[in-house]
Amino acid sequence: MIKVQNLTKRYGSVTAVNEIQFEVGKGEIVGFLGPNGAGKSTTMRMLSCYLPPTSGTAEIAGYDIFRDSLRAREHIGYMPENVPLPQDMRVDEYLRFRAALKGVPGRRIKERFADVCELCNLTDVSRKLIGALSKGYRQRVGLADAMIHEPELLILDEPTIGLDPNQIRQVRDLIRNLRRHHTILLSTHILSEVEMTCTRVIIINKGRIEVSDTPENLRSRLTKEGEILFEVSAPDPAAATAKIKALPHIKSLNSHRTQDWTRYLIQADEDLREELHNLAVREKWRVRELTQRVATLEQIFAEITHKEDI
Amino acid sequence: MRRFVTLLKREIQHYFHQPLAYIVLFCFLCITGFIFQLGVGALNGATSQTTVIEAFFDSILLWFPFIVTFPLLTMRLFSEEYKLGTIEPLMTAPVGDLAVVLSKYFGALAFYLILWAPTLLYFVIFHVVTGQSSAQSFSQYFGSYLLLFLVGTFYLSIGCLASSLTSNQIVAAIVSFALICLMFFLSVVTFVFPSADRFLGDVVYYFSTIEHMADFSQGVFDTRPIVLYLSLTLFTLFLTFHIFQHRRWRS
Ligand SMILES: Nc1ncnc2c1ncn2[C@@H]1O[C@H](COP(=O)(O)OP(=O)(O)O)[C@@H](O)[C@H]1O
Ligand SMILES: [Mg+2]
Repeated sequence: MIKVQNLTKRYGSVTAVNEIQFEVGKGEIVGFLGPNGAGKSTTMRMLSCYLPPTSGTAEIAGYDIFRDSLRAREHIGYMPENVPLPQDMRVDEYLRFRAALKGVPGRRIKERFADVCELCNLTDVSRKLIGALSKGYRQRVGLADAMIHEPELLILDEPTIGLDPNQIRQVRDLIRNLRRHHTILLSTHILSEVEMTCTRVIIINKGRIEVSDTPENLRSRLTKEGEILFEVSAPDPAAATAKIKALPHIKSLNSHRTQDWTRYLIQADEDLREELHNLAVREKWRVRELTQRVATLEQIFAEITHKEDI
Repeated sequence: MRRFVTLLKREIQHYFHQPLAYIVLFCFLCITGFIFQLGVGALNGATSQTTVIEAFFDSILLWFPFIVTFPLLTMRLFSEEYKLGTIEPLMTAPVGDLAVVLSKYFGALAFYLILWAPTLLYFVIFHVVTGQSSAQSFSQYFGSYLLLFLVGTFYLSIGCLASSLTSNQIVAAIVSFALICLMFFLSVVTFVFPSADRFLGDVVYYFSTIEHMADFSQGVFDTRPIVLYLSLTLFTLFLTFHIFQHRRWRS
């Protein structure tokens, strides 16, 4: 659906997007993840044919974004960052105008309008002026606009930014429902969002793609060498610490004592939970916690994006 | 073509969604009506050969509302889209840059015609009330309104150009006002330097809207101003188109 090759965008001397390369297949939901200024919006603007790339090419549904720009645009539903909308129109006026503009045949506009209104919960406000809508509704109008011509590909730039938690959940559910009919590329700097909605994550930082993988794979990549929390009460804490240290594959060990209990933070090459349990049973220690710390995308993200700063 | 029509409808609709449009329409009617009445009053009892239509169109008082309408009608066209960012959804819809530029231009032209249409009524009313004709021949009406249209096409394209340059409506208005004044008041040069050489005088005459206005309202048609305004309009729209494209590409 999307095929990006060596795409670069420079603003004067600033290189916002640097030789990126990726592909998105039909039916995927790809999360474009990166800190502010990473180049997410710039990439999406190029893909949606708003900005011409400085160099490199991209294809949308087989059409070159530069040479076949109008064709490519017909296959894209794009929601820009912050959803700019004209203030003077009513919601229904705007959506009908957009439908006609995007080539929806006249006799189908009514039907498409009703569909997106229902999907995005806009029926109540369809006669309101856009300028008078709250942020959440504006976001939904943007989403409805992106979908109105039934594009194969949706490009959504920060679809949940500035919304309250309830609204975020609604938009997220909406996006998840869309996966049946659309390929989706969405950008965000909120990690939990990607974990919940996306089938693949592309992490971009300083204009370069750092990682492209499924959220599960990313997590397991870090979890292998994960951390284990182990909290025990042993008669002789010093001896206990020594015994734990003697286990194979231990990389490091931190302990923290509070009266009877000692809390260990264990870094190991492998999952040592079973060995730790056996040890505790043998030594008749009392255990109140034994967990493997699952790496969150947050950690992965922090690791990837801070690597270069140091 | 269907997309162009969709855009054009939207542009015209945009005018009527804004209070400014109604204020301009209202003030314009009041002022032109007042000028018309003044013209008629001045002619009343005078023995000159001047017709009502000449008195109206060749009046200094008409210049001001005439010039001011152009910045007001055009300042919004591109600047507002840049400012609100709505240019982004617009240009990511499958419409060409040229269709966007032309729809804005023709939208403004349509509103300009709507603005002037009621003034035709003045002459009808005058005829009904006084039983006299406002002009000696039909060609005077035709000439006056033809020139109005021609000048409008050109000045509106200047307004488009100014608006395509900046996201600030006020700046766009000032730039187009300055450019239009420059064109409009060129003929003042010949008043200030009456002894200027003939060639300069000819050039100024060729470009001067005031001179054209005087001729056309007498029913004297000259093809040179017609060619002049149409070609200048095309050129300015061409520039606007390139600036509009370039703005996005450079950014
Ligand atoms: N119109 C512009 N002119 C100059 N620099 C820009 C422009 N837009 C973005 N940039 C720069 O490009 C980089 C990437 O920006 P952007 O793509 O908006 O990042 P993101 O959406 O990931 O936050 C930033 O350093 C930003 O300052
Ligand atoms: Mg952004």
